[in-house]
Amino acid sequence: MGIEQKLGNMGVITLKLEEAINWSRTKAMWPMLFGLACCAIEMMSAQAANYDMSRFGMELMRASPRQSDLMIVAGRVSRKMAPVLRRLYDQMPDPKWVISMGDCASCGGIFNNYAIVQGVDEVVPVDVYVAGCPPRPEALLHGILTLYEKVKSEKLKDWA
Amino acid sequence: MNELIDSISAALIQQFNAEIIEFQGEVSLVLQPDHIVSVCQVLKDDFHFELLAEETAVDYWPEQAPRFHIIYRLRSLKHNEIIGIRVPLDGNAPSIPSITAIYANANWFERELWDMFGIGFKGHPDLRRVIMPYDWEGHPLRKDYPLGYEEVQFTFNFDQIDVRKPYAQE
Repeated sequence: MGIEQKLGNMGVITLKLEEAINWSRTKAMWPMLFGLACCAIEMMSAQAANYDMSRFGMELMRASPRQSDLMIVAGRVSRKMAPVLRRLYDQMPDPKWVISMGDCASCGGIFNNYAIVQGVDEVVPVDVYVAGCPPRPEALLHGILTLYEKVKSEKLKDWA
Repeated sequence: MNELIDSISAALIQQFNAEIIEFQGEVSLVLQPDHIVSVCQVLKDDFHFELLAEETAVDYWPEQAPRFHIIYRLRSLKHNEIIGIRVPLDGNAPSIPSITAIYANANWFERELWDMFGIGFKGHPDLRRVIMPYDWEGHPLRKDYPLGYEEVQFTFNFDQIDVRKPYAQE
């Protein structure tokens, strides 16, 4: 028994505010362009016609961090790039999430040397790691859908 | 060896105590560090080697004397010829005169050599790092520079390394 039954056929649904907000966040999550290496090719492919990431509400890659909700770190992060990455992350408005795409971004991958950050989680907090070298577009989509599951279970007070 | 190389060697061997080596058709002069500026000047002015195609170095560690070879490759557009110059340097605080006054593009080559090998260039106008961050310690392309940065996480040592790993905060 709720208001939707009393109102009849007027097209009203009721749900918790938290669920509504989390639903809207997952349906319009704009990623920031952060292609650093070969993973960026797969990220572009995930957005192009064959895989079409906009099915999941991600039509736009924003070039500005101030307009984006999600940072997809696609590629290896060098020591010199790391401060830039952190700065862009800090410029993104809350709520914000990070996907570490591919082995290099997740753990350094094959580049275990002085020049590459051994996992981007040393620089920014990562929500979802996508394995692969590079991951196929399906894998990236799976990572994004995994992130959606995480976002749907988040509490409002986490970001308040 | 052709006539041009012959005339170069005739001009330089006596004057600068140069040695000529030839390997698979490529000719190189071996010089002492003090003569590099005057030799480059002669090659540019008298033999039309107008283009510094490359300036790089090799680290022959653990040999110490000489430890480094600085390698210049000069190209002559007029003669369609390339000549190499090798300058051996000792391992202890290696230093060589800069040729930026003759070839302007040596500026960034020499900055890179300072960055990567720690070779000092006397008379260079702006000897800063060019590839690594300015606050970097060490010279990464030296053979005694530690190669790996972090131990690889496997199943047996995952927790042990995970404790030390510097995770970023929010």
